[in-house]
Amino acid sequence: MTATQAATALSLHDVSAGYGAEPVVTHVSLEARRGRWLAIVGPNGAGKSTVLKAVAGLVPRRGTVLLDGTDTGRLPRKDLARRIGYAPQNPALPERLTVTDYVLLGRAPHLGTLARESASDVSVVEDALTRLDLHELAGRRLGTLSGGEAQRAVLARVLVQRTPLLLLDEPTTGLDIGHAQTLLERLDQLRREDETTVVTTLHDLTIAAQYADELVLIDRGGVVAAGTPSQVLTTERLREHYAADVEVLTTAGGNPVVVPVRPAGTR
Amino acid sequence: MLRTRSRRTAAHTTRVPAHTTRLTPLAVAVAVAVLVVAALFGLLIGPGELAGNRVLAEILAQLTGGLSPLSEAEAAVVWQLRAPRVLLAALVGAALAGAGAAFQGVFRNPLADPYLLGAGAGAGMAVTALVVFAPAVTAWSLGPVGPLPLAAFAGALLGVGLSWMLGRSAGGAGTAGLLLAGVAVTAFLTAIQTFVQQLDTDTLQQVYTWTLGGLNITGWTDVWLALPYVAFAGIVLVASARLLDLLTLGDAEATSLGVRPGRIRLAVLSAASLATAAAVSVSGLIGFVGIVVPHLVRLLAGASYRVIVPLSLLGGSAFVIMADIVARTIMPGELPLGVVTAFAGAPFFALVLRTNRERLS
Repeated sequence: MTATQAATALSLHDVSAGYGAEPVVTHVSLEARRGRWLAIVGPNGAGKSTVLKAVAGLVPRRGTVLLDGTDTGRLPRKDLARRIGYAPQNPALPERLTVTDYVLLGRAPHLGTLARESASDVSVVEDALTRLDLHELAGRRLGTLSGGEAQRAVLARVLVQRTPLLLLDEPTTGLDIGHAQTLLERLDQLRREDETTVVTTLHDLTIAAQYADELVLIDRGGVVAAGTPSQVLTTERLREHYAADVEVLTTAGGNPVVVPVRPAGTR
Repeated sequence: MLRTRSRRTAAHTTRVPAHTTRLTPLAVAVAVAVLVVAALFGLLIGPGELAGNRVLAEILAQLTGGLSPLSEAEAAVVWQLRAPRVLLAALVGAALAGAGAAFQGVFRNPLADPYLLGAGAGAGMAVTALVVFAPAVTAWSLGPVGPLPLAAFAGALLGVGLSWMLGRSAGGAGTAGLLLAGVAVTAFLTAIQTFVQQLDTDTLQQVYTWTLGGLNITGWTDVWLALPYVAFAGIVLVASARLLDLLTLGDAEATSLGVRPGRIRLAVLSAASLATAAAVSVSGLIGFVGIVVPHLVRLLAGASYRVIVPLSLLGGSAFVIMADIVARTIMPGELPLGVVTAFAGAPFFALVLRTNRERLS
């Protein structure tokens, strides 16, 4: 199947969301295809995180969010949690909890309110720890992990939810370029193996262009462009919406690369 | 043979994952052993002439159906004075330590204690008002239950109820509004208590003694009074332990995992407040138990509420039994129990904090 033929997994129709009288995002419509990676990009405060929260049902919203054709507004919380895995930009990491304790919490959507984890829940967790190379760290407390290790633990916690859709808000926050690449490669591998639909916000446009199949550019709470990375990332558009002096170059492989520039003569 | 064994080992490791913080039989056994030893000392030790070995013989006689070695008066000391007091200490300790653990979980704040939402201030106000305005009533006998415990119980629930309503209207479903409401309600009710107290300084002693806490009881009435609340709260809190762990992730993440943080908070805080009110009604205000015991458990046994809640219930019981032994034997008359829990608990806590420094960081 090519990108254009993949079925729609997630679609937002005219979604407005946010707290208070003034919604942070307004009239957003977008689609994510099954098994693909969609990156939401845009300047600070554009409403990227709010779009993810709206999909996850974590902020008041209007409009329709369809997941495999089902209106998520009608789904009970627990059903929603079996279909959508969500990790915020700065997840709470209770520092004295062990990695395994933490990852096991991700099985909550599959447990009755007062139930305990069964053997199958435990094997799902062990599988996730293995896939994310966390076995060595299984007994470590969260407070002792490095940034990259912590992000992997968060990914494992979301992974054990076994959801067809992952919403990850800036999964590389605080990581250097090498650790960010390692994490995104792992995420991409998981996506391909499980045919998971991945929606991330990413602030680094070059990185976003390399990993995402499609980009949605958001500014001031609305969608201003959507399409493949090379369609969305144009010099004019970025200058307009980021108020930035940038140049969009293209690599030999055809990937757009966003380079900041300074006006000639300032240095 | 070898193959069978290795297969069994494999099956075992998939059932109980390594590196999870769970209640181990060993931890429970240790906690129960400490509790039993504390209770035994509680029965053996006390003011008066009764020798410990004779009490021991009496306990053995009761357990085996043998002949009691004690006189009727001595048996009454053991079974009508010491035994109910030990049991009440256990209930109060379990209630305060369990409630403290629950409050710390719900508010994600290590300094939260059972009195945070105004249970203590409400009870104090109600008791003071009764003593000052209706001293005659305090002598009434309302069936088996005295008026002071009833007033304290009602006052504690009033304090928590006010905090809950104020917190809901001010801060919505989050914890910050509730926390601030608790602070405001506590300050307000304490101000009322102080004002009422100033109207009649003659009763200062009576109110002051109540405030410092104590288990000076005769007979079993107070035990039966507190037992159902503490048992109910204990069951609810142990059953909610996994949900408390989920709350430590914050509301957004807990919600995304399919649970409703607001409902968990309501259930857990209701149960914990009921237990606190029951404890306050039979023992006054006993500080520090709700903070020191859950933290000791956290340091020694792990950070999951599946461990913290049950071990706090057991550890709180043992701690208050031991503190009460000190309270009734260290000097003629009695030392207020709240003084002992703080006096003994604080240095011990500091010591454990020191020895676990690297685990904290």
